Formats: sequence, structure tokens, C-alpha cells
Amino acid sequence: MGEKHFVYMDHAATTFSKPEVVEAMRYFLKEHFGNPSALYSIGREAREAVETAREQLAKGLGAEPEEIYFTSGGTESDNWAVKGTAFARRKEGKHIITTPIEHHAVLYPCEYLETKGFDVTYLPVDGDGLVDPADVEAAIRDDTILISVMYANNEVGTLEPVPEIGKIAAEKGIPFHTDAVQVIGKVPLDMKRAHSDVDMLSLSSHKFYGPKGVGALYIRKGVEIDNYMHGGAQERGKRAGTENVAGIVGMGKAIELATADIEAHNKEIRKLRDRLRKGVLEIPHTRLNGHPEKRLPGNLNFSFEFIEGESLLLMLDQARICGSTGSACTSGSAGPSHVLTAIGLPPKIAQGSLRLTLGDANSEEDIDYVLEVLPEVVEKLRAMSPFYKPTT
Amino acid sequence: MYNEKVMDHFTNPRNVGEIEDSDGVGEAGNPHGDFMKIFLKIKDNHIEDVKFKTFGCAAAIASSSMATELIKGKPLEEAWDLTNEAVSEALGGLPPGKLECSVVSREAIHMAINEYRKKQGLEPWEEKQQ
Repeated sequence: MGEKHFVYMDHAATTFSKPEVVEAMRYFLKEHFGNPSALYSIGREAREAVETAREQLAKGLGAEPEEIYFTSGGTESDNWAVKGTAFARRKEGKHIITTPIEHHAVLYPCEYLETKGFDVTYLPVDGDGLVDPADVEAAIRDDTILISVMYANNEVGTLEPVPEIGKIAAEKGIPFHTDAVQVIGKVPLDMKRAHSDVDMLSLSSHKFYGPKGVGALYIRKGVEIDNYMHGGAQERGKRAGTENVAGIVGMGKAIELATADIEAHNKEIRKLRDRLRKGVLEIPHTRLNGHPEKRLPGNLNFSFEFIEGESLLLMLDQARICGSTGSACTSGSAGPSHVLTAIGLPPKIAQGSLRLTLGDANSEEDIDYVLEVLPEVVEKLRAMSPFYKPTT
Repeated sequence: MYNEKVMDHFTNPRNVGEIEDSDGVGEAGNPHGDFMKIFLKIKDNHIEDVKFKTFGCAAAIASSSMATELIKGKPLEEAWDLTNEAVSEALGGLPPGKLECSVVSREAIHMAINEYRKKQGLEPWEEKQQ
């Protein structure tokens, strides 16, 4: 199967940390290990570093530093936004609006809230995974206390009309949260202008070339939210726990790099992505999932008929290509991915899905290699599939 | 997550294909979506040749491959008694939660044997409660 070239195409799962990020972190892992709450010099130095990172995040989002709250990652940010808002506003209503294609870090908190007496509306999505702002408007009730719609879907890459949905939420005075984990460094964010109707926004460092285990929740000034982590007085008394100083510093550096020139970077990734997309779609009985245009620059999600995703992934792994799948057998659940199911893919087609997400680890050579290996692997698996008839 | 033996049977599965003039064909699926089709060539109550095609995860493909290896050349009674556990054991064990991916082999083999028996005018064998 050709030479053993290593290709990482799972940037939506996680990214490597950039050398500048690792370098910035090193200092706070070694000599300068002080607790930011301490009064002595190495504590004060850690405090300053945390506040510098807060400014870097604020700049990256076009927000104010005091609107940034550090967390342990995207999952905590989503949990905090959803449950914190629901509990803070439970006397005003019990209704939450979200979508069936959210990350589980939003969906499962919603399901949990349903067991606590809250009522959740899951909006419809079309075959490309798009939410219609008109459906958001129609779902709003007198007792609606939160709207949460992701900025971009992590599986199929579809970009949702977040500014439009935000406008509707703002007109009705309903807090609006968006899970923006996949879009940092891909969509320019400006919480003061284009995104002035977004009240809460989740992000995660390891999706934009920062370290794992650290993220943030943007909370617009004046937005009512209960604490999620109770304990010390860190993060202005809103999120307890000693700060992950090195992680926060790394994330600060990472967002600075990721938002320096979003358009130029997108153009580069899109060029690689579009060549791969064209080449892969030449394989017969293959479809692209997600919106053809309104999608993340590095995202590709294909379904190959007659074959199963886990087999495909493992065959690709043998050729040292890393991708991911929404197949049931990988997730350990009874059915294929909730996203592919929600966009209307029949189970058998959803089973044969492959997500390839491109990023800074990729080159033109990677595209050549994947286009050499993938058709062979699909052919090999189809040859052993009872559903495949080569003549059709 | 898979051991070397499973990976070997997954990447180089034995007995893949179809038998045009087979004496018995069987197929089976499970809720995961795994699906297996098996073709038997039977002579003197023995499985002279066997081929399969499987749609499914690595565990399903490797189990299909191993199951066909285990029944090849065996009398029908022995092939009928093949258990999922025996297939898994021969593969050096499947990861937790993946054993059910291997059940399709047993079901497909049973269906193929009974199809053959019916063609011979014999009573189909009954499934034993496991």
C-alpha cells in the first residue's frame, strides 16, 4: 500500500500544540510554578500570566477580559452554560431550545435537565445539517429561558446561522449560548459587533493548537448564570479551582496565533481540502455529508456505500492515516452517530462514514497519499461486502 | 484495542468470496448493522469449501474469517456446534462489547446448513437454547 507516510487528518478531534505554545508553557511548569492566588513573587508572576492570557483571549474574540472565564475545556464550558443558565433562571421558565446535532456536552446536560423538570425543544435540521432561524423563532415560548445552537458541527462541519439566531434571541430577551469549539481560528469572532447577540460562547484550547485540559466560557457582562464549580474564589468567584496556569498561558498564545490572519489561513486549508474532496468524490457510490459551501474550511465527511466505518478507519490506520467515523461500532452505541441520523442518512449509509479534518499538520503530499490509499482501501472492503455489486 | 491475531484476520481475511454452485447459503445481521453472507460446498456430510462476505467492523470481519477457517473440512454436526466463544477464543479474545459482532457467523452457518438439509429433504436442525 505504498510507503508509510504519516498523515494526520483528525484536527476536529484534537490538534498538536504549536512550538511557540509549548515554549510559553514550559516556564510555568518548571521554575515558575506558583499559585496565582499567592502573594509572593512567583505567585504574582503566575497571576500576571493568567491575566495576560485573558487579554489574549478577549482580543481573539473581540470581547472584554472580564467576560472570559477559564475552564477545563469545551465540555465544562458547555455544561456550565446550559445548566448554569437553566438553574439561574428556573423561576422564569423551564423551556430550553437546542438542536439534535449539538455535541454531547450540550445534549446530555439538556437530557439531564429534562429529568429535573425542564422542557427541551430539539429544532429540526435539514439534510445538510442547517438550522433555520425561522424554526428558532417559532419554537420560542413565554417560558423559554435559553437557546443553545452550535456555531459549527463537529462531525459534518456545517456552519450555523449564529448571528441571525442571536438576533432573534436578543429581540425576545432570551439568553443565547453557542458552542464555538470548532470555529476558533476559522470564523472571525467579534463579540462587540457581528456577535453582539451571543451571550455565552464555549471554546476549547486543544482544537486550535493549544494544550488539552483547558478552555473558556465567554459570558457577556450582565448575563445571569449560576456557578458550576463551587469552592475557591478564582475567576472573580464564578469558577472555583486553582488555575491551570501553564494551560491557560498556552491557550493565550494559541488563540493569538490562530486569530492572527484567519482568512489567509482558511484559504490555504481550503485549497488542500477542496483537492481532497474532488479526488475522493471520484470514488463511485460516495457522498459528501454536510453543507457543500457553508462548512468549516478543513472539514470533509464522506459516506462510502456498502462498507463500514470502523473497518475503513483501521485499514487507513494500517497505512498510517488518521481519520474518524460516525459508525456505531466505534462509538459503542446501538446506532450510528446522532448527527448523521439527524440529517436523515439511512443507518447503512451512516455506518460507512469517514471524517477527514485538515489543518496545519497537512501538506499537498498528504493529499496525494490519501488519494492513493483511500480508493484502494474502499475497493478492498467493498470486495468483501455482501451488499456490493460491482456492476451497479 | 484489537490483538495481532484479530488484526491479521481483519487485514488478510481467509475465504473471502462467493461459491456459485454452493450447496447452502446463509446470512445474518445484528443490531450494530454487521451483516454476513456465507456459502458452503458440502460433500459426504463435510464442509468441503466455504466462502463469505461481511459488512461490518473489524471484529465482524475477523470473526467471519476465523469461523470459516474453523469449520472448513469439518462434519456438519461439528460446524453446527461452533460457538461465538470458540471463534473469539481462536482469535485470542475480542475486546469487551465486541463479542456480539461475532454472533453473525454462527447464525449464518446455521442458516446455510439448514438450507442444505432442506434441499436434501432432511429435517432442519433446531436452534438450541444457549
